[in-house]
Amino acid sequence: MPVESVSLFWTASAFVILMMIAGIYCILATFNLTRALIGIEILMKAVTLLLIVVGHVTQHTALAQALVITLIVIEVVVMVAAGGVVLSVFRKNKTIDVRRLRNLKG
Amino acid sequence: MTMEMVLLLILLAATVWTVMTTRLLRAVIGLALTSVILTILMYRFGAPLAGVFELSVCAGLIPVIFVTTVSFTQRLTPEKLVVRKKERMLKFWFLPVLIVLVGMVLTQVHVTIDFPPVSPEALRTDPRAILWNLRHLDLVGQIAVLLAGVFGVVVFFKEDPSCR
Amino acid sequence: MATLLILLPLAIIMVLNLPFKDAFKRAAPFLGGCFYLLQAALVVFHPAAFWDDIYNPLEAFFAFECSTDALSLVLFLSIAIVGFVAVLVGAHALKNPRQRFFLINLLLLATVGMNANVMVTDLFSTYVFLEVTAVASFILIAMMKGEGALEGAFKYIILSVIASVMMLLSLALLVLVTGQTSFEAVRAGLGASPESLFVKMAMILFVCGLFVKGGVVPFHAWVPDVYASAPSFVSVFLAGIVTKVSGVYILMRLLVSVFGFEASVQQVIMFVGALSIVVGALAALAQRDFKRMLAYSSISQVGYIVLALGCGTPLAVAGAAFHLFNHAVFKSLLFVNAQGVEERCGTTHMEMVSGLGSRMPVTGWTSVIALLSTAGVPPLAGFWSKLLIIMALLNASRYGYAAVALFSSVLTLAYFLSMQRRMFFGKPHKGMENIREAGPVIVGVEIILAGITVGAGLLYPLVLEYFILPVQRVVG
Repeated sequence: MPVESVSLFWTASAFVILMMIAGIYCILATFNLTRALIGIEILMKAVTLLLIVVGHVTQHTALAQALVITLIVIEVVVMVAAGGVVLSVFRKNKTIDVRRLRNLKG
Repeated sequence: MTMEMVLLLILLAATVWTVMTTRLLRAVIGLALTSVILTILMYRFGAPLAGVFELSVCAGLIPVIFVTTVSFTQRLTPEKLVVRKKERMLKFWFLPVLIVLVGMVLTQVHVTIDFPPVSPEALRTDPRAILWNLRHLDLVGQIAVLLAGVFGVVVFFKEDPSCR
Repeated sequence: MATLLILLPLAIIMVLNLPFKDAFKRAAPFLGGCFYLLQAALVVFHPAAFWDDIYNPLEAFFAFECSTDALSLVLFLSIAIVGFVAVLVGAHALKNPRQRFFLINLLLLATVGMNANVMVTDLFSTYVFLEVTAVASFILIAMMKGEGALEGAFKYIILSVIASVMMLLSLALLVLVTGQTSFEAVRAGLGASPESLFVKMAMILFVCGLFVKGGVVPFHAWVPDVYASAPSFVSVFLAGIVTKVSGVYILMRLLVSVFGFEASVQQVIMFVGALSIVVGALAALAQRDFKRMLAYSSISQVGYIVLALGCGTPLAVAGAAFHLFNHAVFKSLLFVNAQGVEERCGTTHMEMVSGLGSRMPVTGWTSVIALLSTAGVPPLAGFWSKLLIIMALLNASRYGYAAVALFSSVLTLAYFLSMQRRMFFGKPHKGMENIREAGPVIVGVEIILAGITVGAGLLYPLVLEYFILPVQRVVG
């Protein structure tokens, strides 16, 4: 693998890790269900970036694109269903604040 | 500083803004912005087709879903917003600590790329060809997942008259 | 031809959703039930024309990379049994025809995902169908829109997406190493650099993602919430098969045909399995709700499967497959019992329910059979699978883990007997005198499942020879 590809991969992975921290933090630090979903979206973005960079670095852009397209379709369906769950929670309880929802103990 | 580096930095900035902003609607806009920058990065990394998908679906459709959810579920008064802002700032104190810790761990672990490189004559064709000729199973999976999504919309978004 | 098991349920769903009269849509449970019966029959009678890859008229249209072996057969039968039970109990419990229709469609969709997962030979396709199963199952959990169920579903979504992200990260690293995603290519690529820390990281990430999906101990937080708050007929499906396929089976398949049994990964898996067994059993002892106890018991039993898998010898993997099948049967039976109790008493809390044994004799006695099978009491099926697992552990000189497995059987017996004593034996509470036996559908399903447990236990030579021991060849 050429040197510039390797350095590009490491740089991009550093950014992916930072984005993941931001996403996980977004999920952990909030009490709002919608914001948790935004955190999940950020995680998916980070993974998409990594896949594309890997495709670029190994010159398998075709494979990487095929994977990313499928990934995006799945992502949107998961988001629609998750949004539906949040909406149903709101209709049921008139709130989407987790602090008022803690019936479950884990 | 290459173009990619600048774009990656902007991407990170957009992400951080999405996470830190107090208003949900702004966070949704930040997310769309992140998607747009990711699209540009995809073009730069030679993945234009996936970029188109990212732009239309992630920057176009997903914000619509979020805005729908937010507009249904949120009514915040300005006083509440101030309190919320303070709460959030207090909660973010350990974010820098976390980043420093992760950085320290990562510098201690030396993971090197120590495997033989992928052979250059390996598959290098059109993504459309790959998706349509080699990955039929994924297409079936996409159909199945879309069907599941349709049921999700029907079950969750349509208000059930019997529940009222 | 085996790809029909993916295409047929998909075709049934599409036909059901064509704009026909409502009368046709009422036939949905019937069609769904028939599909599961067909799948079970295909496994049991094993027509060679169906399972051979040689004759395949579908090949002209679909270039599927699929393969089936002895391990897949065990899984297909488990999916068919649990799916059939879920269709029957769900159609019985849901009176609203619209909800019943959605239930059947979603069950079939989840089955598409699981059947495909059993057969695929590509890492990315594995991920795609995992998501199909996951999306269908979280809609199932939240379908009735109970307060707890919605929160449980949300928790499940978050954790399941985090698991997917871990798997995708690992997938990206593996693409970097090997340039491909198919099992063979990845295996060949990994073989070229066995000592790379990079590769080990990718493996551990993927395995951790699967642990979240399977609900093994450090990642089990969602399991009790979801199982306890979802409607019982959905819990039957989730606990019986969904988490087992999307967590444990895929782990099995990946270890056998991609990653290989690498010593450090093996250590991690065995330790996590043993931890699950003990923590799940101890937590189950402390529960006051029947369904929550079943959830923790499920975590503990998954621990047995994972422990055996980590051992890695052919006998251990066969034992793991047998325990997976047994778990599908007896855990479904227990959740069907829970459904029966919930219908009649309105609750599954153990303090509020007592002395049901005399009122609901079939439910009481089938629950005794299921719990004895779970605890591994001869001659029930659970005994033979635990025996296989412990024998394999002893043969591999893993004496400590064997002791853990043996000792935890006693714990299992302890928590289930205390449940049985509180709920079914003794005198009924006030207001419980007029409880009747559960409806004929539930009783029928209970008898069928108990019959399978007892039958597989008594006919163990046959079951082992034709069904379980061939799994050993998959590993070799």
